[in-house]
Amino acid sequence: MSFTKRTAKPGFSVQNIGSALSQAVVLTVVLGIVYVLFTNTQENLALRGIESGFEFLDHEAGLPIGDSLIEYNPTRSYGYAFLVGILNTLFVSFLAVVFATILGVFVGIARVSHNWLLAKVAAIYVETLRNLPLLLTLFFIYSVVLAALPHPRAAIELVEGVYLSKRGFYLPRPMAEAGFSIFLTAALAALALGLGFWRWAVTYKMRTGRPMPGFWGGLGIFVILTGLAYLATGRPISSELPVYAGFNFKGGLAMKPEFASLLIGLVLYTAAYIGENVRSGIQSVQAGQIEAANALGVSNAVVTRKVLLPQALRVTIPATTNDYASLVKNSSLAVAIGYPDMVSIGGTIIGQNGQAVEIIGMWMAVYLTINLIISLGMNYLNARVLHVER
Amino acid sequence: MGASWNGAARPRKNVNTELAETIMTDTIESQIGSEDEIVIEMKGVNKWYSDFHVLKDIDLSVTKGERIVICGPSGSGKSTLIRCINHLEEHQEGIIKVNGTLLNENSKNITQVRREVGMVFQQFNLFPHMTILDNLCFAPIWARNMPRAEAEKTALRYLERVGISEQKDKYPGQLSGGQQQRVAIARSLCMNPSIMLFDEPTSALDPEMIKEVLDVMIELANTGMTMLCVTHEMSFARSVADRVIFMDGGEIVEQNTPDAFFDNPRVDRTQQFLSQILTH
Amino acid sequence: MDDNTIIFQPAPARPAPSSRVGPRAWLRANLFGGWKDTVVTLILLAILALTLPGLVDWMFVRATFFGDADNCRQAGGACWPFIVDKFNVLMMGVYPQELGWRPAVCAIALIVLAALTYTNRVRGIVLIVAWAILPVFALFMIGGAFGMREVDQSLWGGLMLSIMLALVGVIVSIPLGVLLALGRYYGPPVVKSLCVAFIELLRGVPLITILFMASVMMPLFLPPDLVINNLLRIQIAMILFSAAYMAEVVRGGLQAIPAGQTEAALALGVSRARTIAFIVVPQALRHVLPPLVGRCIALFKDTSLVIIVGLLDFLGMIKNASLDTTWLGFQAEAYVFAAFVYWLICYSLSLYGRELERRGPSAQKR
Repeated sequence: MSFTKRTAKPGFSVQNIGSALSQAVVLTVVLGIVYVLFTNTQENLALRGIESGFEFLDHEAGLPIGDSLIEYNPTRSYGYAFLVGILNTLFVSFLAVVFATILGVFVGIARVSHNWLLAKVAAIYVETLRNLPLLLTLFFIYSVVLAALPHPRAAIELVEGVYLSKRGFYLPRPMAEAGFSIFLTAALAALALGLGFWRWAVTYKMRTGRPMPGFWGGLGIFVILTGLAYLATGRPISSELPVYAGFNFKGGLAMKPEFASLLIGLVLYTAAYIGENVRSGIQSVQAGQIEAANALGVSNAVVTRKVLLPQALRVTIPATTNDYASLVKNSSLAVAIGYPDMVSIGGTIIGQNGQAVEIIGMWMAVYLTINLIISLGMNYLNARVLHVER
Repeated sequence: MGASWNGAARPRKNVNTELAETIMTDTIESQIGSEDEIVIEMKGVNKWYSDFHVLKDIDLSVTKGERIVICGPSGSGKSTLIRCINHLEEHQEGIIKVNGTLLNENSKNITQVRREVGMVFQQFNLFPHMTILDNLCFAPIWARNMPRAEAEKTALRYLERVGISEQKDKYPGQLSGGQQQRVAIARSLCMNPSIMLFDEPTSALDPEMIKEVLDVMIELANTGMTMLCVTHEMSFARSVADRVIFMDGGEIVEQNTPDAFFDNPRVDRTQQFLSQILTH
Repeated sequence: MDDNTIIFQPAPARPAPSSRVGPRAWLRANLFGGWKDTVVTLILLAILALTLPGLVDWMFVRATFFGDADNCRQAGGACWPFIVDKFNVLMMGVYPQELGWRPAVCAIALIVLAALTYTNRVRGIVLIVAWAILPVFALFMIGGAFGMREVDQSLWGGLMLSIMLALVGVIVSIPLGVLLALGRYYGPPVVKSLCVAFIELLRGVPLITILFMASVMMPLFLPPDLVINNLLRIQIAMILFSAAYMAEVVRGGLQAIPAGQTEAALALGVSRARTIAFIVVPQALRHVLPPLVGRCIALFKDTSLVIIVGLLDFLGMIKNASLDTTWLGFQAEAYVFAAFVYWLICYSLSLYGRELERRGPSAQKR
């Protein structure tokens, strides 16, 4: 929105020239500043004997990384090490988004529940976590909660093969046996069948009016067929249990305390915000509509699905995608806990060879790209799912 | 109200008998007789909002095809009364029976009653995220398990009847208030209710749109639909109602045929109210 | 007609039946409404019964309030003398203790000004000027000026540092954010693009990267003979970071102003600049006061990140204190105390935000 140009004439009005001139001035000043900064930087780098450019990415890293999704050893290059960091950032962010959403939805629904106790507990949860710095929560989980777990030799066994200890959480590692690929294909086929049933059930209901449980039916089909496929292919998934040997557990899946604290902290913190989004979404729907839908004799489940949710999501989803973007940025707090995410590893590299400009530029590029992808996703959701509106 | 009234000014007997005592015109006499079906029965109904006693010992019987207008000052409990009939409000004492079904905490009974009773709200309450057509098809599909094609036929029929059929693919936000309210009436009619409740249906409308909604309501009344209407539109009461009920402070103060009610109000409170609303 | 008129006697209101209203009914409705409700209530009560007594026991019953580390270890509960011992350091960092009265005076000034703001005793331009002067006053008091002994910024730390970073950050970033928002909303294309680029860049990356930039990159940008101390660089980083977010909040406020306002002002002959300054901006700000308070809370929480670039703010001192060898094993107390302080400040601010929302223009739109 801009002012109506009352005296704007096309071509060479004084106003237009003035505006173009002042903009040119501004641009020149900004470019001038950039140039000065650039020359200063070159001078300073030369003074300190720091190199410029991205060739260092090929040099040997020589730094150990405790937690890596891909194969890594210190003889790998800096570039590879940074890649490990990026993958760790994405991994922890993805898991945190999934769990935070699930928890957040529960918290949001609990907040508006008729059960006074549930609503109060949820409110206390939200008000506590939103008013504490995330870093404090992370420190607390890492130094107090997880540090209170016993030594591996006395680890708590939750269920068979799941151990909680001071050195981390250990879970059975699923291993693919012979026939796994067949099972996987069969499972995918079962998924397709389940989804297809769901779609068919919807059209059946519309065509004949008779109720047909699309979601549960489809889910049932998927579960049963996958189960049958699993048995038919001779149970091709085994698990490698962690075993205590030496001074720690060997085998199985290990979740280091750094990763666990970061994940738990991010989930608890973000879920509080998502819960508030869910709550404001639900409360944004006018009570009169729910009344009108109830007065028509429609069941509560259908009213929730068809009247409440579509309108609530219109408020909840944009706010929540914002929180997802914040979560990815918050994952950078890993550097304070010791989890080797992109910022951690980048910081270590800067410490080693001083090439701060390049590393910081790479950070910005990655985070801005992730932000962009999340924005595009939100725009897509807005257009496809939420657009039905006037 | 003759012999049934005493100083307490509260009807003690069954309304039917009282009305029979005050019959003024032959037409009303012929419509009401003891073999007429009672579709709504309220006996000794009391409701409290926390400590506030909002409905006091309400006794009301509505026969099939009867058109009732309920009026009264704001806060008198009129809306609460009709909202108790389809259980949007819960009564704490007394009995409410609709078409023979007892209204209590049993959700099956409640849903049953709600499918037979249609309600039109002051704020229309159309679903803004659905088209007009979808708004109307919603309840038949999900509450009566009607196939979509059949629901659409019914919907179009009622849209025609209220005069909005060309707007069927628009969204509620694109319609005027009067159009939205007519759609709301059509939406309730799609469920083929035997009773229609109106909660101040024209109070949120601009004056020039009131007539179009009242016309629909009058046409509906002329088809013999049982109607309970909370409204300030006294012209409607005069032309269509079989009975006018005046409420104040949570109780029924006076009820009578429209002519008797407007021309010859018996209770001082009624006289006071009528003098206030009819002279402005 | 008059002699036949019946005098209406309103029926008396009866009290509600106790089974439907009152404590028993409330319990039935809110806690035990159906079998699902009852199950949830019982589970929650069980969890609370298992955790709360242990917590209270640790924090108060078995806790030690006076003594030293050995007393604490013997008692087994929380060790509050630890906090008492470290209190000065937590509040002021390694600031010379004998000069501790100077930060204390600033703290009192802050509390007084906050109370006056909350109770609406001071308003308008006086309020804004008062808040603008406060950090300058604090700077002189804590840093040392006008003859008082100077204390180098490397000695500043603790809660004092957190609050200073947040306060200066908020006070400078709001006007800066307004300028950015105006540039984005009303500016010619070049200005608009620069503002958008700045805002989106700073909002798209984590604060830590910006702190790293300030700590490591800014010295490279400056001519070799110009040195800005670490604290100032970090303060600038926090200001810029916050300004980008404030700009977005203000933009929301600008969009909420109906076009009719600006048209009316222009029609009256008021210049464009004056219209923006005196008609649009004040209204926009009033509209978005609650989200602005939200950004202040966020900034205060974000100050905890400076530990990563070497500044010892409140959380930094807490972490340090928890590693002290004389008080080994009492980290929980340290973090619980930190949580208490942070929560108190942030929650009070959020209450103020809610109060503003209650008093604000959107609430008055009835």
